[in-house]
Amino acid sequence: MNNFKVCDRIEKESGEMRKAFCQVLIDLAKEDPRIVLLDADLMGAMGTKPFQKEFPERTIDCGVQEANTVGMACGLSIEGKVPFVHTFGPFVTRRAADQVFISGAYNKANVKLIGSDPGITASYNGGTHMPFEDMGIMRGMPTMTIIEPTDIAMLRDIVKQVAGIYGMFYLRLVRKGCMKVYEDGSTFEIGKAALLRDGTDATVIASGYCVAEALSAADMLAAEGISVRVLNMFTWKPIDEAAIKAAAAETGAIITAENHNVINGLGSAVAEVLVKNKPCPVEMVGVQDEFGEVGPESYLRERFNLTDNDIAAAVKKAIARK
Amino acid sequence: MLTKDEVREIRIFSKKVQMEVCKMIAPLPAGHLGGSLSIADALSVLYNRQMKFDPQNPKWDGRDWLVMSKGHCGPALYATLALKGFFPKEMLQTLNQPHTDLPSHCDRNHTPGIDMTTGSLGQGASTAAGVAYGLKLDKKDNRVFLILGDGEIQEGQVWEMAMTAATKHLDNLIALVDYNKLQIDGRTDNDEVCNVGDIAAKFTAFNWYAQSVDGHDVEAIDAAIEKAKANKGTPSVIVLSTVKGKGWDKSENAVGSHSRGFKPEELEDALAQMQAELDTY
Repeated sequence: MNNFKVCDRIEKESGEMRKAFCQVLIDLAKEDPRIVLLDADLMGAMGTKPFQKEFPERTIDCGVQEANTVGMACGLSIEGKVPFVHTFGPFVTRRAADQVFISGAYNKANVKLIGSDPGITASYNGGTHMPFEDMGIMRGMPTMTIIEPTDIAMLRDIVKQVAGIYGMFYLRLVRKGCMKVYEDGSTFEIGKAALLRDGTDATVIASGYCVAEALSAADMLAAEGISVRVLNMFTWKPIDEAAIKAAAAETGAIITAENHNVINGLGSAVAEVLVKNKPCPVEMVGVQDEFGEVGPESYLRERFNLTDNDIAAAVKKAIARK
Repeated sequence: MLTKDEVREIRIFSKKVQMEVCKMIAPLPAGHLGGSLSIADALSVLYNRQMKFDPQNPKWDGRDWLVMSKGHCGPALYATLALKGFFPKEMLQTLNQPHTDLPSHCDRNHTPGIDMTTGSLGQGASTAAGVAYGLKLDKKDNRVFLILGDGEIQEGQVWEMAMTAATKHLDNLIALVDYNKLQIDGRTDNDEVCNVGDIAAKFTAFNWYAQSVDGHDVEAIDAAIEKAKANKGTPSVIVLSTVKGKGWDKSENAVGSHSRGFKPEELEDALAQMQAELDTY
């Protein structure tokens, strides 16, 4: 069961996601000797050197080689370890896709893949490092559980949970700053959408970067007398079909909002559920099948139409199509 | 050093493995015959002399691990495991049939005694290194034997692993390369497809302890594994110079033997040749 409290005011996190990730992993590793960490020369970027300092033998920095890093993690898990593997999102998913698929999922391994710098948060690294397709690649792999933790509170809870569940996981993590949506101590159920705000005219189903934007859009629309439900769909697979069906039945219009390509993204995943059940008008806010590009996040959110204004406009469009 | 009787026993076993491989593949339209026949002698040395295992408890934590990274040579390993009692020999005839536990490529979730799922070439290299690292973390002395194809080492992932395994001093990892000099599209030892060159020298350059032996000389294989086991601080590789399709004149050194079927009279011919060879032991 989701047991969370949404912050009264949605503001920027005071800390960084990577720092929280490293700390929670250290805490878990103290309790569970099976936990090991692998990286492909991005420990410095991910801020996981403190883990290495605490557990030098349980840290395997393979250097710049994603295929072998993922493969070794899969082997370690079959031997009995619980490996976490970090590299940037495009590298762990796109570059090592076949290793994740065969050595990981098909092999029934137990590896927790961490892809950092999702979508526009890759910012100054630009198009080569900006994954708009990572979740889609992972979604096509049977047995994968795919999660985009929203903020530090959720990250802490989800990382703890996945360490204890056997199987292949992909976690898409912002590396640096993000918006704080949940109060500390919140807990979440994997596979169950978090209802952030109830409403009657439309439902915004948002993930990651777009959650705070969706809440802001809901505020803007409320001022205009439009009542919007906001769901945080942090688990993309297995997706919460019941919440999607209920949103369609009770609000009659759905808007998806994601920092990812809408093709094979959250938009696709939600639409798949709707067309099998009772469809309603859907608008998809997200990257419209484009490559990323370089620039500050403030520019990129406008460039790829991921703002609260974009979401609000999409809500009105969806309602008009009812 | 092996006694004369031990040599004979190992050679008889590998010939039986080769015969079972032919019998498994013969009812099918085609199967991975060539590489299964070339690796049989090494498997025989491993399972009769060098590896620790318990057929009644395939996941015994004291066992040595075997990763058949050239996963298409599952038939040779299946025959080996059946002859060692991991499962009934009758099961061999289910190869590649619907619902079988003996799929074309090795699958640890189906077959008793298969330690790793393989088939996408190069990947077993890394999973084997992962197991080796895990065993070291646990301070266990189990070893990991990794079987690579010569065509397989064209995969860059093998060399990623080679660099890391040496860096991490995985001396519990012993790789065997089945250097049978043929891949699907031609030879591996010239410029016809992708020349693998001097394999032992390459691994040496990657800081491995490398040896090259005749891959059908069971005494030489056994001695090389003994030396590899004694080697400390670096992973080991043994390049097995072999004949693809070994044991049947129609498949030996034939590029088409990678995956082929049998005409009705051919199985009898292959088995007769192998039996004749066995009778000389």
